[in-house]
Amino acid sequence: MEIQFKDVSYIYQENTPFAHKALEHISFTVNSGSFVAVIGHTGSGKSTLIQHLNGLSLPSRGEINIGDFHLSADGKPKNIRDLRRKVGVVFQYPEHQLFEETVAKDIAFGPKNFGVEQEEIDRRIEKLLPAVGLPKEILERSPFDLSGGQKRRVAIAGVLAMAPQVLVLDEPTAGLDPRGQREIMDMFYQLHQEQNLTTVLVTHSMEDALAYADKIIILNKGQKYMEGHPLDVFKQAEKLQEVQLGLPEVIHFLNQYNERFGTSLTYQYQPMPELAKEIKKRLEVGSHE
Amino acid sequence: MNNALIIGQYVPGNSLIHRLDPRTKITVVFFFVIIVFFANNVPTYSLLTAFSVLCVLISRVPLRFILKGLLPVWFLIIFTFILHLIITNEGNLLVDWGFIKIYSGGVIQGFAISLRFFLLILTTSLLTLTTTPIEITDAMEEMLHPLKKIKFPVHELALMMSISLRFIPTLMQETDKISRAQAARGVDFRTGPVKDRVMAVIPLLVPLFVSAFKRAEDLAMAMEARGYQGGEGRSKLRELHVGTKDILVLTGFVLMLVALFVLRQ
Repeated sequence: MEIQFKDVSYIYQENTPFAHKALEHISFTVNSGSFVAVIGHTGSGKSTLIQHLNGLSLPSRGEINIGDFHLSADGKPKNIRDLRRKVGVVFQYPEHQLFEETVAKDIAFGPKNFGVEQEEIDRRIEKLLPAVGLPKEILERSPFDLSGGQKRRVAIAGVLAMAPQVLVLDEPTAGLDPRGQREIMDMFYQLHQEQNLTTVLVTHSMEDALAYADKIIILNKGQKYMEGHPLDVFKQAEKLQEVQLGLPEVIHFLNQYNERFGTSLTYQYQPMPELAKEIKKRLEVGSHE
Repeated sequence: MNNALIIGQYVPGNSLIHRLDPRTKITVVFFFVIIVFFANNVPTYSLLTAFSVLCVLISRVPLRFILKGLLPVWFLIIFTFILHLIITNEGNLLVDWGFIKIYSGGVIQGFAISLRFFLLILTTSLLTLTTTPIEITDAMEEMLHPLKKIKFPVHELALMMSISLRFIPTLMQETDKISRAQAARGVDFRTGPVKDRVMAVIPLLVPLFVSAFKRAEDLAMAMEARGYQGGEGRSKLRELHVGTKDILVLTGFVLMLVALFVLRQ
């Protein structure tokens, strides 16, 4: 589903002494089937933006179109439940939303609310478990007995079981060990490709943004600061520096390397070994001269 | 979060009222709450109303904000008024609709009682609007100090109070977060049959309790790790001082008390 923000502003507690502009004049488009990374510091409005994607918050000004759904300040559309079924949101620390007696029941909670038949839910769970990396035995255990990483996977499965068309991820790997982070991100990317999902990822990791996104949107103090293809965005190191954002390690390394040796290697999504070979080749040429 | 209810919310500011010693404010509010019930004629009620309006003006908390914030309480005030209007039968008969008879005594009574109610809520919420919860607990601890003599655990009580106050916003945030997460999974807290709505609270309460217990455990652990052992020999970060302005305010308040009892019938 295509997502379109048109001049959206959001003001917390409007008309009180606590009024606070969380989003200001934000416009962008997310094409159907694309993977977009939203980057910004704490308080830049990322989480607020996410809440607009399934109608948990409505814009104070401007309008949002998500597929056929239309959101504006005029109130909730009647079919908001349909919107929430089609837009699955994995919130930050999603394991905090677990509450059922067993893992199976917790995963089934979402789809059940949207009226999916138990048989269909069971089918989905069977397919989902290996995808999120959970063993089958876990289904009858209490979600509160699991380890942190397993809880996270159960919570993610609970959102995926709704079979959403748009997947919104709010720092889904925060607080996991490096291996768990890689596994979870790879899993999301695989799902994104296999099921042709539209994915919005909020992250602090420039590495993830570079590796997965077709487009990056950078927020700063509630405003859109930059937007574009990752390779284009990461070319503007100075502009990023102004809002205290760094570059992905690969690009940072190549920049420094180029500066040191007067070369002009650019990152074009080459796999690491290939990049290493290229560098080696240049070094050999250099030493012969 | 419930944005409509402002009772217990603190509005930062730097007015005279904000800077008063919290003990002064608590004392004034405490006695005000009592003397509201002593007013019994127009001059006394006017005096009390003037006093509270003056306080609100000095505090510079926007009046519109206070009135809007008291919206849920307005209902109670109006309800009290109507109740007294209908059930009192003193004075002259004003309206007679057969089943409802309104007497002049009822109008006066209704007006007086709802004004009392309004003044009570106005002043008490002004206290919390201009005083941080921490200041209030500090003041309570100081004021209850004499009870230590009879082995009353004043410090522990104050600590309990400040911890619970400290965690109200955290729990509110947590509630907000979890209800959003569950709403995203299709829970509907607002519409549908009552039975469904009651059931919808379970996915909210279970995670809330789990995290509250976890937080309590973490806090206890952190306190113990830093060697916390209660009130004995512990110095204070925030010392309370009674200044000239406190003495002036208290004197003014006592003068008003005297005036009230003079004007009283």
